[in-house]
Amino acid sequence: MLKRKMSRRRFLATTAASTTLAMPFVRRAYAAGKLSIGFWDHWVPGANNASKELCEQWGAKEKVEVSIDYITSQGNKNLLTIAAEAQARSGHDIFAFPTWQPADHANRLEPVDDIMAELIKLNGPVNKTVEYLARANGKWLAVPACVGSQIKGPCSRIDLMKKHAGIDVVAMYPAGSPPKADAWTLDAMLKAAEACHKAGFPFGIGLGVTEDNVDTAGAIFQSFGADLVDAKGNVSVKTDAVRQALEYYKKLAQWLPPDAPAWDNASNNKYLIAGKGALIMNPPSAWAVAKRDAPQVAEQLWTHGMPSGPKGRYAPFLPYFWGIWNFGKNKSAAKSLLVHLSQPAAIEKMVNASFGYDLPAFEKLTTLKVWEEEGPPKGTLYHYPNPHNHQILSVAAAPAPPKIAVQIYTQGIQTKMVVRFMQGEALEKTLAWAESEVEGFMRT
Amino acid sequence: MVDAVLKAPAVAGSAPRRSALRRTLQRKSTIAFLMTLPLILLVVLLVLYPAFYAVHLATLNKSMERFVGFGNFQFLFKRETFWMVVQQSCIFAITAVIFKALIGFIVAHFVHNVPGNKQRRWRGMLLVPWVIPPAMSCLAWLWLFDPSYSAFNWVLEKLSVGPVPWTGDAYWARFSVILVNVWIGAPFFMIMYLAALKSVPEQLYEAAAIDGANWWQRMWYVTIPMMRNIMAITALFSLIVTFANFDIVRILTAGGPLDRTHVFATWAFWIGIQGNDIPLGAAVSLFMVPILTVAAIFILRDIHRRASEMS
Repeated sequence: MLKRKMSRRRFLATTAASTTLAMPFVRRAYAAGKLSIGFWDHWVPGANNASKELCEQWGAKEKVEVSIDYITSQGNKNLLTIAAEAQARSGHDIFAFPTWQPADHANRLEPVDDIMAELIKLNGPVNKTVEYLARANGKWLAVPACVGSQIKGPCSRIDLMKKHAGIDVVAMYPAGSPPKADAWTLDAMLKAAEACHKAGFPFGIGLGVTEDNVDTAGAIFQSFGADLVDAKGNVSVKTDAVRQALEYYKKLAQWLPPDAPAWDNASNNKYLIAGKGALIMNPPSAWAVAKRDAPQVAEQLWTHGMPSGPKGRYAPFLPYFWGIWNFGKNKSAAKSLLVHLSQPAAIEKMVNASFGYDLPAFEKLTTLKVWEEEGPPKGTLYHYPNPHNHQILSVAAAPAPPKIAVQIYTQGIQTKMVVRFMQGEALEKTLAWAESEVEGFMRT
Repeated sequence: MVDAVLKAPAVAGSAPRRSALRRTLQRKSTIAFLMTLPLILLVVLLVLYPAFYAVHLATLNKSMERFVGFGNFQFLFKRETFWMVVQQSCIFAITAVIFKALIGFIVAHFVHNVPGNKQRRWRGMLLVPWVIPPAMSCLAWLWLFDPSYSAFNWVLEKLSVGPVPWTGDAYWARFSVILVNVWIGAPFFMIMYLAALKSVPEQLYEAAAIDGANWWQRMWYVTIPMMRNIMAITALFSLIVTFANFDIVRILTAGGPLDRTHVFATWAFWIGIQGNDIPLGAAVSLFMVPILTVAAIFILRDIHRRASEMS
């Protein structure tokens, strides 16, 4: 017979376990633990309330204590927080990652294949840019967030375009109907830019290194098929497509404001709202501010599609993502919340709160009523979410592998190429400079 | 009874120990150490630890998974932009320090000659640029230099002078960031030089006047030699701060156009945080150390030599 002596430690453990088992289960208010979230602090006043309410509803239902920090992207505070949390391997459970961040932190993010499969089934497929940015090695790294996601297409002055360039943007992009934009090409845009410049209302397209400038350059380069690095990671700077894109941009740049190389993300907004320009490339934030500060300008604004180039009609799409850190403490709750936030009703609530600024990446959710109804002028945002899929949504520097593309993007290589060439540098010298820069981004 | 017997030797033994402790605590060096201890701890925590951590980061590969030794530095040496940043940082720091010193010197003399009762008011007003948080004053400068709505350009237009691309052209942008740095930093030089001027014994000027020295000779043979140590220390301090400047360039030009105004700190931030290449960003930021060390060695050696000569 095997005799076992009961030690003091074992006795305590057994007693504690039996006491726990004997205790009745008490479901407390936050029985399922805590969840901390770092959301992007929205530009649009009051837009944060929608995500806050949705999280609180979910927290009350699931008995999870939710705490939210709204972190601004002003001064790159969100990027600094992401870098700090990644270094410390501690922080929020869920974070709102800007465009390139999921790929950069791929090995620190919890895969979300299970919930993405469910969401794609529910909301339809996501566009290729989302897949390019948030899927690595066959795994989904993050869920596309509607909050903060945007298309930076043209926002034109109806009156100035009609008067000086002879282009009726409303007829070209009628509210509620598919676009009739076959004639809206890069050449047509160049002619319109010249006409508006001569009339004293130049197009407000910046040539600086901040996102708005780089996004436009990226889309125009892609319209020529001008990739600086191909999908396999090969440098392809010295190609005819890149030369064509630069030649085109040089022609366009002469009709842009002379200070365009110094423009940042706010410059184009201010330019349009002040009534100085006939077109900018921006999400509807400029229109929303104009509605408040310069209603006579807002009434004349129409958001529409990009012009097409030899290789297609590309529009800059900048998505945000909700990702779960793999060191997060409550991953199952985090996944449950992301599913809740990605339900069609939740997405519609957030899009409405942003007055149509936020864009869902799922195919079935690009025709919400808000875009049809927002105004004045009514229907000004109808074509903003690309409802008829007549544009290819892309991000500058794609299709280069994201870890290389992010460097091309953040260093503003394309706009720097344009400015160098525009300021008189020989084309081949500009290409050689860009090639050398891009080769430097290949390091792992 | 027993307790009392046991306690007696303990009391007898602790008395000398306590007095030794008291003597140690009363020593000037101990008091000085204890008083500076909070600062030492802060320096260790907020300066030394991050500095060593930056060295560690600079030896990792881009994804921070592998030790690459000096790989990041070797990579930087081959980059055209890096050498441009080195050149710009030197131009920015040296030019700004020279102008700050020059303006500070001239203004200090003006203020020194203002009658005593009005001097305090002038001193206060002239210190304003230095005491305003730089991020705030830089925003005001940003509006003055704004590409499309520059107040300066508005005035220039009224005078029928064409608009100046303050932040849109490489040379003007460099001029603008240096100008703002000088505007913010010159009062510091002014106040230091003013303090130095006040410490120059009046008898020296009287003796020089008796010898028939003119204004220039009094300046050259009395004022400047008496101020040299303060001038050197102020220049060194300012050089370090200006080299490490971040806010002015970041707010006014963000390093543009075409990277022509980047300095070490802004380029390190751009690469490290925005480009998510933290090891390379750390390597860039560490480049300030050898440059500033060399400058510090030369300046401090000069001060030490003069102090020895004077004593």
